[in-house]
Amino acid sequence: MDQQTNDLIKKEIENNEICLFMKGTPDAPQCGFSMAISNMLKILEVNFKGINVLENEHLRQGIKKFSDWPTIPQLYIQKEFIGGCDIVKEMYENGDLIKLLENKGISFKKKN
Amino acid sequence: MVEGIYGTIMAMNLEEIKKLIKESLPDATVEIQDLAGDGNHYSATVISSQFSGKSKIEQHKMVYNSLKGKMGNELHALEIKTKE
Repeated sequence: MDQQTNDLIKKEIENNEICLFMKGTPDAPQCGFSMAISNMLKILEVNFKGINVLENEHLRQGIKKFSDWPTIPQLYIQKEFIGGCDIVKEMYENGDLIKLLENKGISFKKKN
Repeated sequence: MVEGIYGTIMAMNLEEIKKLIKESLPDATVEIQDLAGDGNHYSATVISSQFSGKSKIEQHKMVYNSLKGKMGNELHALEIKTKE
């Protein structure tokens, strides 16, 4: 991975409390897995930045190396790699995602 | 006809996925489900004692490593679940 891509990824992770490297955008996801995480975050009403890897091939390949993770989407919360779609979905379903947000002091919408 | 051929090819790949995982994690139980019934979206549940004490990220990486670089390339729509 070139230095520029590495710096770009670091900058996004450092400047955004929650960032989702995804295919497409939160409003127009281009892949079902990216849409799934994006929708979970929307339902929880947390602020997040979606970073569209389809706009930058260096970024698309670079994020896989950066996280040592072979698939996209990838979710980072407060600079920590949380996982891809399968892990985040499991955490969403078993309540671990909400616990994580609480522990990190991130506001979200509680279910009624 | 095309669907039939496609289905056959995918079924072979499924056996290969199982085989690769079992080679890396010999004690693993591997169950693969066809999620949508379309021969295109699969879910693999892998149960192994070797996951004990490891984080979910580490567990999934063990499965990805067993698939020798196929994940994210040929294998796009494979959902993975790991259990101890």
